[in-house]
Amino acid sequence: MKPHDTLAEHLQSQGISRRGFLKFCAATASMLALSPNMAGAIADALGKARRPSVIWLSFQECTGCTESLTRSHNPSVESLILSAISLDYHHTLQAASGTAAEQAREQAMHDNQGEYLLVVDGSIPTGAAGGYSTIAGISNLQMLEETAKHAAAIISVGTCAAFGGIPYANPNPTGARSVMDLIHDKPIVNVPGCPPIPIVITGVISHYLTFGSLPELDSLKRPLSFFGDTIHDRCYRRPFYDQGKFAKTFDDEGARNGWCLYELGCKGPTTHNACATAKWNNGVSFPIESGHGCIGCSEPDFWDAGSFYQAISSSPADLSSAATGAVIAGAAGGAALGLYNKYKRSNAKDKHYTVTTDDMEEGSS
Amino acid sequence: MSALELLTWARGPALQAALVIFIVGMLIRILELLLIGRKKDLSAARGGQVGAGLRTIITRSIPVSGTWKQHLSGYVWHIGFIVVLLFYAPHIQLFKEGFGIAWPALPTSLIDVITIVTMAALVFSLFMRFTDPVRRMLSTAGDYFAWVVTFLPLLTGYLAFHNVAADYTLMLALHIMSVNLLLVVFPFTKLAHAVTFLFSRWYNGANAGRKGVRV
Repeated sequence: MKPHDTLAEHLQSQGISRRGFLKFCAATASMLALSPNMAGAIADALGKARRPSVIWLSFQECTGCTESLTRSHNPSVESLILSAISLDYHHTLQAASGTAAEQAREQAMHDNQGEYLLVVDGSIPTGAAGGYSTIAGISNLQMLEETAKHAAAIISVGTCAAFGGIPYANPNPTGARSVMDLIHDKPIVNVPGCPPIPIVITGVISHYLTFGSLPELDSLKRPLSFFGDTIHDRCYRRPFYDQGKFAKTFDDEGARNGWCLYELGCKGPTTHNACATAKWNNGVSFPIESGHGCIGCSEPDFWDAGSFYQAISSSPADLSSAATGAVIAGAAGGAALGLYNKYKRSNAKDKHYTVTTDDMEEGSS
Repeated sequence: MSALELLTWARGPALQAALVIFIVGMLIRILELLLIGRKKDLSAARGGQVGAGLRTIITRSIPVSGTWKQHLSGYVWHIGFIVVLLFYAPHIQLFKEGFGIAWPALPTSLIDVITIVTMAALVFSLFMRFTDPVRRMLSTAGDYFAWVVTFLPLLTGYLAFHNVAADYTLMLALHIMSVNLLLVVFPFTKLAHAVTFLFSRWYNGANAGRKGVRV
């Protein structure tokens, strides 16, 4: 994209028709829970947008978030919008490397001071003075602090950046932290997911470009329009849950009939995300549609929340061993207490003093 | 601490600890009660103890004239509570994965209705405790405490299922925490009557039977 191009012109040169672009804007408006006639406003704003500078920092991550966005299907409006706006610095996607790459980041920061969007994927290791992950000799922590300083807003993409994710999981050897744990003076939007849904990322960016502000967020800084409902609330298998029809194994009759996967450990009820409505692979399906329960990847600490294959209502702790131990301890304790009480009683009996009439007369005189 | 962390803790280590306290507490209380024994009755028996004891365990559950209201609400909520506890599919899953035992579940919509009826009966019981001067005088803080800890699991479970008042994750965590609270206080409050009612009724019945009183 040439710097003077608008987004609309860029998309057109990539073979996206006006109709295709408007369809994307309408879908975005609908996903953001905006009124349908906001699609026009989004199209106007996005169409006129001129190369908003985005710096994308990747820290402790697996590149899955970038992969999800750029390779989901080809070429998507989402990925084109992203490529059109984002490439000031993205070390997976940019051509430059080494000193030139770092110069590009510094240049973008300098040229767009206070205006650029900062996208972060990956958690930030704080152990060993940040030494667990460095880029061009700069620790992730230092790079985040430096780059966040003059950013207009930060979008934490993926569960690692948003909540710490897998690097943060017990025992967290690198002292991994999330962006919102470390940066407190900037507007932050979390777009969690492992990986996150492409349209959620472009939706947030579109909202920012259209309204100049970030969308409404929940208590975990996630856009409410995408993360307001749970997977369970929007799941097409929900009626089976309500009827009490559950698949018991992955290949039984219930599974073949598409019954609810609750008993197989589906975390849909505790997971807020848009998978059930936005879906994956160009709207083909989402994990539950493929017969696997939700693993809850867009929630904080999902990695430490027990097995993916254990129902939420059951206990990750070993209850039967604990109960057996408790029965033994309780029986022993009860028996000991019983014997002690018996001893106390016979002891008291032994100490009984027989009062005779003589004693009583003595007392009264 | 996030809601999910609280939930993971509530259904993991906290539930495990609460279960241990419940079992140890109940066993100690029951064994202590049984092992203390009774002084040998040297008088000649005028009737059998066993039949009278067993009969009393049952007859004390039958309403006598004028008590049908509290018996009805008592029956409704006790049965409702047990049905909801044992026949709601996610609860069965807890028993299945925790202890390896399972049984068929009732439809969720039916459990939903039973929960409402159970809560209504409990509220009615509380209302009667407040409005009847005799019962109000007899009631102690322990009675109200027992009511609250019994009511909370039903209320939080209902709210969690219907996704109201708070986010499901938090409400489910609160639900499990309320159950943990119930388990912990169970052996040490009047709630222990769930088992001890058998002994006290037996004692009264057997005692009366031995004295030749018809029960």
